[in-house]
Amino acid sequence: MRLLEFQAKELFREYGINLLDSKSSTNIEEGRKHAKELGYPFVIKIQVPVGGRGKAGGIQMCQNDDEFELKYPQVMDLTIKGEKARAILLEKMADIKNELYLSIFLNRSKRCYTIIASSDGGVEIESIKNQIIKEIGLGDVSDEVAREVAKEIGLEGKIADGFVDTLKKLSKLAIEKEAELAEINPLAIMQDDTVITLDGKFVTDDNSNFRHEELQKYQEISEIQAQAEKSGFSLVELDGNIAVVGNGAGLVMSTLDMLSDNGGKPACFLDVGGGATTESVYEALTLISKMSRVKAILVNLYGGIVKTTVVAEAFLKAYENNLIDLPVFARLKGTESEKAKEMLQGSRTKIYNSVEEAINAAVMGVKN
Amino acid sequence: MTDIFELLKGKPEDHDYMKKGVIVQGITGAYGSIHARHMIRDGTNIVAGVTPGKGGQKFEGKVPIYNTMQEAVDATNAKISIIFVPAKFFLAAAKDALEAGIKLLVAIPEHVPIRDTMLTLELAKQKGAVVIGPNTPGIIIPELIKIGIMPITPFKAGKIAVLSKSGTLLYEISDALTTAGFGQSITIGIGGDPVNGTRLVDAFEMIKDIPDLEGLVVVGEIGGDSEEILAQRIIDSGFNKPTIAYIAGRAAPKEKRMGHAGAIIMGTYGSAESKISMFNKANIPVAKRPVEVPVLLAGKMEKSG
Repeated sequence: MRLLEFQAKELFREYGINLLDSKSSTNIEEGRKHAKELGYPFVIKIQVPVGGRGKAGGIQMCQNDDEFELKYPQVMDLTIKGEKARAILLEKMADIKNELYLSIFLNRSKRCYTIIASSDGGVEIESIKNQIIKEIGLGDVSDEVAREVAKEIGLEGKIADGFVDTLKKLSKLAIEKEAELAEINPLAIMQDDTVITLDGKFVTDDNSNFRHEELQKYQEISEIQAQAEKSGFSLVELDGNIAVVGNGAGLVMSTLDMLSDNGGKPACFLDVGGGATTESVYEALTLISKMSRVKAILVNLYGGIVKTTVVAEAFLKAYENNLIDLPVFARLKGTESEKAKEMLQGSRTKIYNSVEEAINAAVMGVKN
Repeated sequence: MTDIFELLKGKPEDHDYMKKGVIVQGITGAYGSIHARHMIRDGTNIVAGVTPGKGGQKFEGKVPIYNTMQEAVDATNAKISIIFVPAKFFLAAAKDALEAGIKLLVAIPEHVPIRDTMLTLELAKQKGAVVIGPNTPGIIIPELIKIGIMPITPFKAGKIAVLSKSGTLLYEISDALTTAGFGQSITIGIGGDPVNGTRLVDAFEMIKDIPDLEGLVVVGEIGGDSEEILAQRIIDSGFNKPTIAYIAGRAAPKEKRMGHAGAIIMGTYGSAESKISMFNKANIPVAKRPVEVPVLLAGKMEKSG
């Protein structure tokens, strides 16, 4: 799961990483209280699970009450890359000399963790120059390695000490919480040469959630997502109007690609898992029935051993129970497909021999 | 490099040449029992099962069940195992297998924590073992041996190697290849996790010197950079058999996990564009749709004549 900045900072604080004073709120009354406690000036920062919020106006300086009353609601109302504010963080301002970059990152192809550090921080990782990359196995960083990294990015004296301290704490945190990415950017050098974390990104391995009860409070999950998970499905909601359902992540992605190529707009990615049964398909239709934007359902099932008649039963049942009243465009690879077509005759589900035909029909279907 | 064919087929002097024994870990579980039955039906020589606490029983009245991998290996001398246990028990099962001397471990479970995979791989390295997966459909030499959960209908013996991150796309594309007359010498499921026991590039090393190999199909998806690394290796190695790629996830949004734990674009890392442009650089055509794969392969074969 991807933590919001203020959540990542809660963990950083717990591990003794240097931070500025800050407070998170979800409404202006709470915010006013925090403003008083912190004292001006401070920064108002929107909390969204995407990058690029600075450019979008999601970070505003605030000098006094008037500015606060104006800017807090403005920032709260922003939508950045489709994401609404989850909270607002008020944070004291820093008098900084320089900005560094530091992260511990799971390197998938090398199958180990790596430290990435640079003396040129404060911009997105892709544009960071002079990167030092060091492989660190399962994530443990010794004093010696931390010193080496500090030296390689040209740090000395008190600044180097602060950097080494931060890196070792970040490593401990990354290991204990099973992070895929623990990033501090920027890591600021203050006028007095102390080192302070200004912004952080923290992504944990979802598959390790079962042994991190303490992180569950950060899990942001919609009702529909929770239901999908309970059924063992993977669901990604998108903003189009054709729901895409299939078995297997690769096959559903491939169906999304082809639908988009043909001018269709996917409303969701729904992977019901390797097999397909009457129950799983019925459950998938139940989920989709809760998405109001959906105008049609595109189904692509590759069942080597699945009987398509079994899947056809799910559609019939869904219409019969008034669960859905949407047209379904289905490609079902499996046995007994002729019989399945017969069963569905007269219903709003049409079965096609190829996924291309099903896609074209779905795209035409939502136009009419 | 491990000779995967020697592991899967054995040597001509072996008593079990071409019918190597396989142990199923988690054979009495709901999932393990179904697939053990299917593998037996499809001709795989399942010699033992392991379920702690059920030692001494028999699966389907035939296959002996043991409490530990050590007992199963001692009794059968098998070098191959396939794991079906729930993800949270995977690490213990994998350790049990590797410590007992298993040389090829096929890891089926989805949702294994990355740390557990990395610990498994560290041990596998020490023991000189190959891990396929986790989150893989498995590995199959059509009409000879299947260690996995795939249906056998899409596959046919032949001379094309297929490497795939995805399960159902592997079936779909193999099916299209078979229909077009391209049988497969071997197909390897890499798995959809961020960290793979056998990466695309490792799988390539396993298959590139097959004497009568006529072509290679790579089925990739968004996330990570293993396709890019493979494309570079193909360039560097001078591999000249007709090769076609397919990449799923061109229309996927950034920073969303698309079903597979590994299928996520972070910034530009893991994007379909990056993978496609590297394959283009390696002069490998990238199909836009699964059904295009055999068409492009036929075209490439004609050219290389």
